[in-house]
Amino acid sequence: MNRTWVTPGGVHPPENKHQSVTQQIGSLPIPDKLVIPLSQHIGAAAAACVEVGQHVLKGQLIAEAAGVVSIPMHAPTSGTISAIEHRPIAHASGMLAPCIEITSDGADSWIEHQGISDYEHTSPEKLLEIVANAGITGMGGAGFPSAVKLNPGRQRPIDTLIINATECEPYITADDSAIRERAGEIVDGIKILSAILGHPHNILIGIEDNKPEAIAALQPHVESTGISIVVFPTKYPSGGEKQLIYILTGKELPAGKLPADLGMVCINIGTTYAIKRAVIDGEPLISRVTTVTGEAVGTQRNYDVLIGTPVSHLLAHNQFDQERCSRVIMGGPMMGFSLPSAEVPVVKTTNCILAPSYAEIPEDEPAQPCIRCGMCAEACPVSLLPQQLFWYAQAQDHDRLEAHNLFDCIECGACSYVCPSNIPLVQYYRSAKGEIRQAHDEKIRSDHARERFEFHKARIEQAEQEKEAKRAARREAAQQAKSATATNGSSGGSSAADIIAAAQARAAAKQASPEDQRAKLERTIAATEQRLQLAEEKLAEAVASNSDKQSVFSAAVENTRQKLEQSKSKLAELAE
Amino acid sequence: MAFKQVTSPHAHSAQNTAKVMQLVLLATVPGLIALTWQFGWGSFINIALASVTAVSCEAAIMRMRGRSVSFYLRDYSAVVTAVLLGLALPPLAPWWIVVVGTVFSIVVAKQLYGGLGYNPFNPAMIGYVVLLISFPIQMTTWITPLALLPLGTVHPGLIESLQIVFSGYTPADGVTGATPLDTFKHSSGLLADQIYAREPLFNQAMLAGAGWEWVNLGFLLGGLILLSQRIFTWHGPVGMLAALTLMSLIFWDGGSSSSPGSPLMHLFSGATMMGAFFILTDPVSSAVSNRGRLVFGALIGVLVYVIRAWGNYPDAVAFAVLLANFAAPFIDNYTLPRTYGHVDRRRATEKEDQS
Amino acid sequence: MIELISQHPIFAALIAMVGLSILFGGLLGYAAEKFKVEGDPIVEQIDELLPQTQCGQCGFPGCRPYAQSIADGDAINKCPPGGQATINALANLLGVPAPELDQEHGQESEVKTVAYIREDECIGCTKCIQACPVDAILGAAKLMHTVIADECTGCDLCVEPCPVDCIDMLPVEETIADWKWSTPAKPGQMIATDRRGELGSNTVQEDAA
Repeated sequence: MNRTWVTPGGVHPPENKHQSVTQQIGSLPIPDKLVIPLSQHIGAAAAACVEVGQHVLKGQLIAEAAGVVSIPMHAPTSGTISAIEHRPIAHASGMLAPCIEITSDGADSWIEHQGISDYEHTSPEKLLEIVANAGITGMGGAGFPSAVKLNPGRQRPIDTLIINATECEPYITADDSAIRERAGEIVDGIKILSAILGHPHNILIGIEDNKPEAIAALQPHVESTGISIVVFPTKYPSGGEKQLIYILTGKELPAGKLPADLGMVCINIGTTYAIKRAVIDGEPLISRVTTVTGEAVGTQRNYDVLIGTPVSHLLAHNQFDQERCSRVIMGGPMMGFSLPSAEVPVVKTTNCILAPSYAEIPEDEPAQPCIRCGMCAEACPVSLLPQQLFWYAQAQDHDRLEAHNLFDCIECGACSYVCPSNIPLVQYYRSAKGEIRQAHDEKIRSDHARERFEFHKARIEQAEQEKEAKRAARREAAQQAKSATATNGSSGGSSAADIIAAAQARAAAKQASPEDQRAKLERTIAATEQRLQLAEEKLAEAVASNSDKQSVFSAAVENTRQKLEQSKSKLAELAE
Repeated sequence: MAFKQVTSPHAHSAQNTAKVMQLVLLATVPGLIALTWQFGWGSFINIALASVTAVSCEAAIMRMRGRSVSFYLRDYSAVVTAVLLGLALPPLAPWWIVVVGTVFSIVVAKQLYGGLGYNPFNPAMIGYVVLLISFPIQMTTWITPLALLPLGTVHPGLIESLQIVFSGYTPADGVTGATPLDTFKHSSGLLADQIYAREPLFNQAMLAGAGWEWVNLGFLLGGLILLSQRIFTWHGPVGMLAALTLMSLIFWDGGSSSSPGSPLMHLFSGATMMGAFFILTDPVSSAVSNRGRLVFGALIGVLVYVIRAWGNYPDAVAFAVLLANFAAPFIDNYTLPRTYGHVDRRRATEKEDQS
Repeated sequence: MIELISQHPIFAALIAMVGLSILFGGLLGYAAEKFKVEGDPIVEQIDELLPQTQCGQCGFPGCRPYAQSIADGDAINKCPPGGQATINALANLLGVPAPELDQEHGQESEVKTVAYIREDECIGCTKCIQACPVDAILGAAKLMHTVIADECTGCDLCVEPCPVDCIDMLPVEETIADWKWSTPAKPGQMIATDRRGELGSNTVQEDAA
C-alpha cells in the first residue's frame, strides 16, 4: 500500500457520476460534417496541408505540426474537405478560429496504417516520433503535446511516472468508463510510456476511491508489472497535476517549475489509451471518450466520439431538451466553460458535455458583498487568500495581487463554489491575470519603443554631428586656402577678389542653361497641377461625406495651390 | 442553438450569507436563554428593541443610497449586529440607550464606511463603546443574578420590565448589583480567598461568578455549535482564550491581595465567551488568514487581560476588539499563508523576485 | 570642573544636551550615508510610467522630455495615449491628486491602433520614415514603404506628412491569443436579477447614476 498525502483545502461537491456509467461506452452515427480546429492544444496552431475539395481518408494527415510545441491533425473519417475557414471553437471567448471542415462520405474508409507490436524492442526515439505524429495531446486538461512532455531532455532523468486517473470533477466519467472497459489497453499504453521514459522506478496510477469498479478492472492487468495503483480519498481538486504530485509523492512542485524538474512525468489515463492505439495499432488520435450528461439530455452516457463532431450532433442523438437546459458546458461543472453555441466541435481535450437542467445548476444568484468569512481560504487547494485577491482584483492593485501569488491560482473554482456571497471569484482572478499579463506585455513594448526612440534620436544626432564636422572641415580648408593665398599673395598669385570671381564663375557654369531650368519648372508645374486636382477631388469627397478630415484636405489643397503659384511666378521670372 | 454564457465554476454550494447569519443568530440562543434565566427579561427586550432599530436604520440608509432595500435586508447582517449589541448591553437598560447604540452601530460604524463587508471596526462594539463612554451609569448598572436575589424577591416580569425600560423608573435596589469583575476589582487589599469568602457572587458559584458563569457557558455552547458548522475556524477564539488564560496564570500569583483574579474567573466572567465566539469572529473586521486570526485573537486576549487587570474598566472585550481591529491590516501583512510551491511565506507588500 | 557642574545643574543639562545632539546627529548622519536607498531619479521613474508612444501630443518631442518637464513641475494630464491609467499612476508616484485628461492635447482612444501604408499608393517619398520616432517604417526613396506593425506605437505622426495620404491608422484586432476575461460587475451593485419586482423609483435612479 502506497502512502498518500493530503492537500490543504478542497471541496466535496455532489459527484453526480453514477448517471452516466449505467451503460457501456456507446458510439454515434458519423456526422455529415466534422469541424477540426487547427488549435486544440497548447502551443502553435497546426498548419493545414490539404485543400478545399480534396478527398481524404480516415486517419489521413490534414494539418502538420507547426514547430516543436505543436501537434498534427488527422481526418476523423473519410470524406471531402469542404472548407478551411474561421469557425466557432471550444474557447471561453466565443471567438472564431481557423478550422478544417470535412464533409463525410459515409464510407469511413481508413488510410493504410500499421502499428508495431514489438514496442519493447523499439527505440524510445522511434516511439516518441510515433506519439508526435499521431497528434496526441494531454486529454485531461490543458492539452499539452504529449511528445514534448515525454521528452524532457537527457539531463533530467525521469524516475516517477504518474498516471492521472483522478477525474475529480463531478459528472465526468470518461476516464472511469474507459478504464472499466479498456484496462488492458490502458496498461499497454502505460508500458509504452515506461519504455519511452527509460523504465522509471515508480509508476503510479493515482485514482480516487469513488471508482471501485475501475480499480478492480485495472488490478489484474498491473500485477507483476511494477505499476502500482494508488487509491486516495475523493476530494476536489485532487486531479490537478500539482495536487496529484503532492498526494502521491508528498513533494510540492516549486512555482514556475515543471514536473520533469523533479524527475516526474504526469500523464492523463485517457492519453495512455491514445498512445497504445498510436503505437500498437498505428492509429492517430481521431476519437476520444466523452461523457454526455446532465438532466437536459435524455440518455446520460459515455460515447466514443470522433474529434470534430459538433456538440449539436451529440445533443441531437441524446434527446436534448433546450427548454430545460440552463447552459451547455464543455468540461465539468467546476472548470468547464459554457458554450456560446452547439456548433462548437468536440476537440481532443473534451472530456464531457454537460447539459444541466435549471434544477441541477440554477442561474447564478446576484453577488453580495464579501464579508471576508474566509471559507474560500479554507477551500483553496494552494493556500491562497482568495478574499484578499478579490479585494485587490477589484482595486486593480497588481503589485499586491502578485505578492499574494495570484499566478499560483489554478482556477479550480473551489473558492467560488463555497462563497456564501456568490461572488464570481474565479472570473476576477482570470481577468486580473489577463490585465497583469497585458500590462506586462505593454511594459515590454513600451521599453522597446523607448529604446528605439533613443536609438533614433542618437542616430539623428550623430548624422547632425557628422554634417557639422564636415562643415567645420570645409570651413577650415577654406581658411587654410585663404591664409595660403594671403601668404602667396605677395609672391604674385591671384588676390582674394579673384578667388571669389572664380568661384562665381564656377557656380554659374554649374547652373543649368535657362532652357533646362524652364523645362524643369514646367514639369514641376504639371505635376503640381495634377496633385492639386487630386487634392481638390479628395476635398470634395470629404465635404460630400462630411468627414472630419475636411480641414486637413482643404489645407492640403491650399498648400498645393501655393506651390503651383510659386513655380508659375518663377517661370515668369525666367521668361523675362 | 445559442446558449447563455456563464463563467465557471457552474456549481455552487448551498451555503449563502443569509444562512450563515441565521446560524449565528441561532447560536446566540443558549446565551440568551442563560441571560434571561439569570437576569430576567431585560436582554430579551434589548434584542427586540435593537433589532427593530437596526432594520429600520438599514432600510432607511439603503433607500437613501438608492439601493434595493429588500436585497440588502435579506442578508440578516443588521439583525446580527443588533442581537450582539442587545446581548452585550445591561438588561433593563433604558430604551434610549439601546436605540442610540444601535443607530450608532448601523449608521456610523457600518453604513458610513460602505455597508456590509467594508466596516473596519466591529459595529456592535463601536455602539457599545460609544454608550459606555457616554452613559457610564446606565451602562454599568447590572441586574443581580437569580441566585443572589434577596429572599422573597424575583426579577421583574415581562410587563414590569417593559415599564422599567420605557418609563425610566429604576428597579428596586436589591435587583441591581455589581458584576464579578467589578467586585474583584474593587476589593483591593483583600486576598482572593477572602473576597471569595465574603462575596456571595463568588461563594455561591461553581466556576467564576454566580449567574455570569451560566451566561458564559451558554455562549461557549453556541460558539461550539458554530465551530462544528464551520462558520468560522478555531483560530480566533482559541487564540483569545489561550492568551487570556496564559496572562491570568502568569499574574495570578496565588491569589494575593494584588492578584487580578484567577484564570477561571477571567474565562467565565464578563463578556469573555461572547467575545471569543461571537465578537472577534466577525470576519469583516478581523485578520484574514488562519495564522493572522490566531495572532488577532491572542492580541485581544492579552488586551482584555491588561485592561481588566490594570485599566479603569472592569471589562474590556469591546475595547480590546476595537484595538485589534486597528491592528488587523498590520497582522495581515505579516501572516500570509505559504502558497503551494513556494518556499517561504512572504509579506503582503512583497513581490517575489522575477528570476 | 566637576564641582562647577555639580553646583550648577544648568551646565550639566547643557553638556548632556549638546553631547546627545552630537551623538545622535552623528548616528543619523552615518545611517543616512550607510543605508542610503539608491532610487531611480524621478525623471526615470516618470518616464517608466509614460506609454512611450513618442507621439508628441503633450507638446514635447517624445516621452522622455515630457517626463523631464513633469519632474520640473509640469501638469501630469497631457498624455492622451496613456489616458487616465497613466495619469493615475503618475499621481500615485508623485503623491498628487489625479486630474482628468487635458482635452487640449487630445482624447484618450478606446482602441489601440497601428499605422498601415496602402502600399500601391505609396510614392516612396520617405517623409513618413523621417517622421517616425521609433524607426518602425521600412523603405527607401522611390521605393514602397511599409510599417513594421510590431514596432509601431500608433502615434500617428506619419499620417500628416504623407503627401499622398496613403497611411491609415487601423485598430488592432483582438485575437484568441490575447483575449482576456472581463471583470465581473462589482458585488453589491445592482444587477438586473435583483431588481426583479421591487422598488420602482430607485431602479430608475440606479440606471441614471
